[in-house]
Amino acid sequence: MNGSHTERTIDAICRMESAKLIAGLIRMVRDVGLAEDLVQDALVIALERWPESGIPENPGAWLMTTAKRRAIDNIRRTKLRDQKYVEIAHSMDLFTEEDIDQVLDGEIGDDLLRLIFMTCHPVLSQDARVALTLRLLCGLTTDEIARSFLVAESTIAQRIVRAKKTLKTEKVPFEMPDGEELKDRLSTVLEVIYLMFNEGYSATSGNQWIRPLLCQEALRLGRILAEITPLESEVHGLVALMEIQSSRLKTRVDSKGEPVLLMDQNRAQWDQLLIRRGLAALDRSRKLGRPLGPYSLQAAISACHAQAPTAVETDWPRIAALYEALSRVAPSPIVELNRAVAISMAFGPSFGLQIIDNLNAEPSLKDYHLLPSVRGDLLVKLGRYAEARTEFERAASMTRNERERALLLNRAADCMSRTSDKYF
Amino acid sequence: MRFMMIVKATTDSEAGVMPSQELIDAIQKYNEELVKAGVLLAADGLQPSSSGIRISYPEPGGKPKVVDGPFTEAKEIIAGYTLIEVKSKEEAIEWALRMPDPHGFGQGEIELRQVSEIGDIMDNPDSLAKEAALRNQLEEQKRA
Repeated sequence: MNGSHTERTIDAICRMESAKLIAGLIRMVRDVGLAEDLVQDALVIALERWPESGIPENPGAWLMTTAKRRAIDNIRRTKLRDQKYVEIAHSMDLFTEEDIDQVLDGEIGDDLLRLIFMTCHPVLSQDARVALTLRLLCGLTTDEIARSFLVAESTIAQRIVRAKKTLKTEKVPFEMPDGEELKDRLSTVLEVIYLMFNEGYSATSGNQWIRPLLCQEALRLGRILAEITPLESEVHGLVALMEIQSSRLKTRVDSKGEPVLLMDQNRAQWDQLLIRRGLAALDRSRKLGRPLGPYSLQAAISACHAQAPTAVETDWPRIAALYEALSRVAPSPIVELNRAVAISMAFGPSFGLQIIDNLNAEPSLKDYHLLPSVRGDLLVKLGRYAEARTEFERAASMTRNERERALLLNRAADCMSRTSDKYF
Repeated sequence: MRFMMIVKATTDSEAGVMPSQELIDAIQKYNEELVKAGVLLAADGLQPSSSGIRISYPEPGGKPKVVDGPFTEAKEIIAGYTLIEVKSKEEAIEWALRMPDPHGFGQGEIELRQVSEIGDIMDNPDSLAKEAALRNQLEEQKRA
């Protein structure tokens, strides 16, 4: 970061306030792009004035008032020439002092919720939803988003411009969906947040220090959402899942940058504060919804690991049962593969192997290296080294991750030496 | 990055005087703001130091000396803390400035401290890079 102390302070305030400002302004001007421009204008004015005048007592209110004045100036200048400004003029009566107070005090939550429903709207592509949410709700710059996703800044900038255009041409309203629609739309929002989180969490390559930013932003957004939609059990479920997974962020990679498997991680270094927060969120979800939804179930699985003092004390029968429940509410071959692992840990490798052998015909797992990798692992446990070696080699040929490939080839070689032991 | 906002004790807090309704409301509103911004991790208020003890080690390697509270010097006593997770030091300062005055009638004091996170790759890329460079240097020295 560069610039003077005041500039950095202004930058921090802008990041804190921008989502609220944008949400409040969209309610008035009904246009995402225009609202964002107005906020940008207000920030530029703040950057000009605050270094001399000092930072006002309530910077959020100052910025909102300034943005509002810009909106009115804008209308006067263009003299209601085109339709866009006529529309704004119609909403002029919304520009009252009470309105601003409301925006600043009471209804922020609802406006933020409307905004997130907008940035995660189904008319947008998945990529666009993520980029627009990071930009408007998390206040990240296009450069930060680009670095997080390892793509060019121009790509992200274009994606955001196009997304805003789509919201406009499709006339996506700034409103709260209700009834059945609310449930569907909320699940889209959760999907976007979890996608964001996973992008940061499962980063195996690239700029290793900026990507955790995505985890933090997703978690922050999840916590906000849980506060403004306290009755949605899956929101708490997702927050629980992210809190618990975040508790292991620092133990997932060793000092050389090599990934460390869950069972091998130093549990003393897991962040107990985040685990406690995760368990509390899971508790809230349990109290609200029965049966548990997919995020809450995954959080419950994650909680089993978090609560085991050592890897050998893991409650595998419970994890196997939770995967069973998960495979009913959200069936997928990957969940099935995880269930196989849990079952083999709980009841022995031969039971897990049965499930995996049923998955071998699954087309979606055709190129999934973890299938042969897990199968190899179970075969080793059963002492079937020759077969295990073939599986590890197959898995090694499928993975795109160099470190993983080396690890798998090592295991294959290990199996080979054990097979030859038998003959000597 | 995490910051702890430490609220120092005042004569009132040490005497166990309940905060005014006005202060309680202000603190509640502030905490709500922290939650709605997704930055609050934990917050607690502590009992007066009269129920506390101090353990000190006056002799290096010697036995601990245990002293019962209350302790004098309110400003050296902690009355409560709020732990937040933010993006920058400036953001932490901004939140600390928005925290209500602890109504100490001139004694109110809030201390802002960053929580140290050793090896935290997300917060300090520079020192990590420096460490890596240093390690390379050592390796090369070994080889030479």
